[in-house]
Amino acid sequence: MDSDPLPTLLKPGMKLTICFDDASLSLPKMRRPDTRQRIIEAVLELAAAAGVDDVHLIAALGLHRRMHDYELKHVLGDRIFDAFHPRGTLYQHDAEDYDNLTVIGETEEGEVLEINKRVAESDLVVYANVNQVAMDGGWKSITTGVASYRCLSFHHNPKTLQNTRSLMDRHHSALHQSLWRMGEVLRESGPQIFTVETTLNTNTFPKPFDFLAKREWEWNAKDRATYLATQKSLSAMPLKARRKIMHSIESPYEMTSVQAGFTPTVHEETLKHVYAQHLVEVEGQTDILTMGIPYICPYNPEGVMNPILVMCMGLGYLFNMYRGKPLVREGGVIIMTHPTYRDFNPVHHPSYIDFFEEVLTDTTDPAVMSEKWEKKYAEDEWYRHLYRTGNAYHGVHPFYAWYWGAHGQQHAGKVIIVGGDAPTVRRLGFTPASTMNDAFEIASDVVGRAPTVTHLHVPSVLVADVK
Amino acid sequence: MANPYMKRAQKLAGNAESAVRQATTPLRNFGFPFRAPTVPRGVEVPPEASGLGAHYDTGWARRPLASSIRGVITEGPMRLAARILTNPEVTGVDRLASLQRLETPPPVIFAPTHHSHLDTGLMIRSIPLVWRRDLVVAAAADYFFNKKWKAVISALALNAVPIDREVTGRKSSDLLVGLVDKGSSLIIYPEGGRSPDGWGQEFKGGAAYLSSKTGAPVVPVFIDGTGSIFGKGMKRPKPGSTKVVFGAPMWAEDGESTRRFNARIEAEATVLGDEALTDYWSARSRAARGESPSLTGPEHTSWRRDWDLADRRKMGAAGKRRRAKRSWPDLG
Repeated sequence: MDSDPLPTLLKPGMKLTICFDDASLSLPKMRRPDTRQRIIEAVLELAAAAGVDDVHLIAALGLHRRMHDYELKHVLGDRIFDAFHPRGTLYQHDAEDYDNLTVIGETEEGEVLEINKRVAESDLVVYANVNQVAMDGGWKSITTGVASYRCLSFHHNPKTLQNTRSLMDRHHSALHQSLWRMGEVLRESGPQIFTVETTLNTNTFPKPFDFLAKREWEWNAKDRATYLATQKSLSAMPLKARRKIMHSIESPYEMTSVQAGFTPTVHEETLKHVYAQHLVEVEGQTDILTMGIPYICPYNPEGVMNPILVMCMGLGYLFNMYRGKPLVREGGVIIMTHPTYRDFNPVHHPSYIDFFEEVLTDTTDPAVMSEKWEKKYAEDEWYRHLYRTGNAYHGVHPFYAWYWGAHGQQHAGKVIIVGGDAPTVRRLGFTPASTMNDAFEIASDVVGRAPTVTHLHVPSVLVADVK
Repeated sequence: MANPYMKRAQKLAGNAESAVRQATTPLRNFGFPFRAPTVPRGVEVPPEASGLGAHYDTGWARRPLASSIRGVITEGPMRLAARILTNPEVTGVDRLASLQRLETPPPVIFAPTHHSHLDTGLMIRSIPLVWRRDLVVAAAADYFFNKKWKAVISALALNAVPIDREVTGRKSSDLLVGLVDKGSSLIIYPEGGRSPDGWGQEFKGGAAYLSSKTGAPVVPVFIDGTGSIFGKGMKRPKPGSTKVVFGAPMWAEDGESTRRFNARIEAEATVLGDEALTDYWSARSRAARGESPSLTGPEHTSWRRDWDLADRRKMGAAGKRRRAKRSWPDLG
């Protein structure tokens, strides 16, 4: 779309770089072969036919944790991994490797675009996207996935995210506007980019867990029996085993569309497909929004859903699942259900532990923590070392996860977590409740005795088109 | 007057002698009806249609009872034997995922390279279950169906159907087309037989022809390592490692002749062979440059072919176990 066909862009002797989304997509991970493998193999076939020798594959991590080799193999398939990884031409982006980062330019707003040097110096960059939700893709892929911390801090901040309304509506998202400005700089001064975007259906759970994606009133006797068996056996297991089982689920997603070419044109087409699948018309806002927080979010593939991620998932992602107006009215109540254990994965989330103990005991206000604490975490040498050499998220990542919920935090009059560990919930600045009835009772202080209630059912993923 | 007891004893002894004589007399001393009738002179008996070779009727082997027995054989002893003898590494099955996940996966014609009798067991073990359930193997009529016992074992254990290698038999091809049309998948060795010298052979057009006739896709498969485990001429197997690389499904293009389609299948198998020895990207790059190492080996025919083969095997799966056994010398 709005581009010459890929085979005509490939020339012998050129520098070709293929970037791809990391393990934060899809959720849950899709069964093999992954969409990215299909795209990249197709690109490599063309590149081989065109006589392109200099090919690098870069996992566009941004500040996410480095993927384990088995995750790379899952995403790319054994063939690509075995061919490129031993040669050192398949690697993961490092947002702290300033020797291998280069400044492309600056936007009118003064935002500096600094990206991976190999990407910047390539004759052609192909980006393989998995667009699971409307937030993904477009200029966001490259301008965050292969950008430096410095560059990301221009839009990953409380001010931008409080004005992002919503993450799923790029035309009303301050975050996306910033990214699109950077995209323009990239288009003018950066390498040629050929974007491939794909959308998935909502076939999230394989058998026997497929009942999870149905509405409860659609459950037949078999579904109810499976639910009971699953629920009882999981509760009898230790927490680690439960997590292991749930994270081992591979989704039978199928591709619903693929489009390729010039990034903005491709992305607009992708959005049409995503919205066609996700948009649900909703009449008016509600007083109380209830939601169940799932076991997985973009920042804990194979890891622990720690308390900060509970906040990020509830107020960041699920609250933002709207277009137009939020599902809950301003000053309304959000009720989430989640055990909210005070539990962290020290390998993946080392800075989250300190953030919980040090920052959240001081403030839950994104603006305050940004001013007072962010720099310390972002520049901490140990976190930097763990991010660059281990499998840890960047030191600043818990701040970004917190900012993600800044708009929801600002919008909601009260946030209640049902079933959570009470001291942990209080630390997040939320109100704990033992049961849903208690939660409604607590909420009545804010919304009165006869509120309207809307439940956001997850799974599957949907975007409320609130009129 | 003779003693009655003596008479009785004599009679019994006579009967016993007669029975022993009968039992020890060779069958040939008996006449009709114990032997085939003699044919009057001047009568020319028409030759009886042979029930062996390409004429062997394997229909019985696809009935439910035989299929169940075969299921036990393939999933039990055959799988175990393949595991112990060949220690296979199977790659490329994900190339079949799109077909595999269809509600009704279509029948597929698997076209593997062929170096050993172990190939069939290895293939049956490696093929995804959706096709393994109803899988037919095209086996050489002159080898697997030339004796009754071999024919029975081949049909029962492998669901083999005879295919005539010497002449292009309409019967064989009609039978295979019919089976694929009914939904059976097929393993057919396009090389026509095991490699005589360890190098591959030129592909014959059987797989391409059947695909064109039935519309079923051909999946080229490269098997590496079985030749050095139990190649042609070896008396007993030497366990080792193998690699099975599945290619992407291929269909004949509009108006493409069987010959051209067959050439494409062979070219793809050649690239898979390169991929098995090197890696995906090197294989694809070399294929694009037209530099894929030939499956059939170098042109020369002397000892140098064997010499080159040894080098090639060192790169492959068969060589891995030997290399792994090497250890650093103990220098004290």
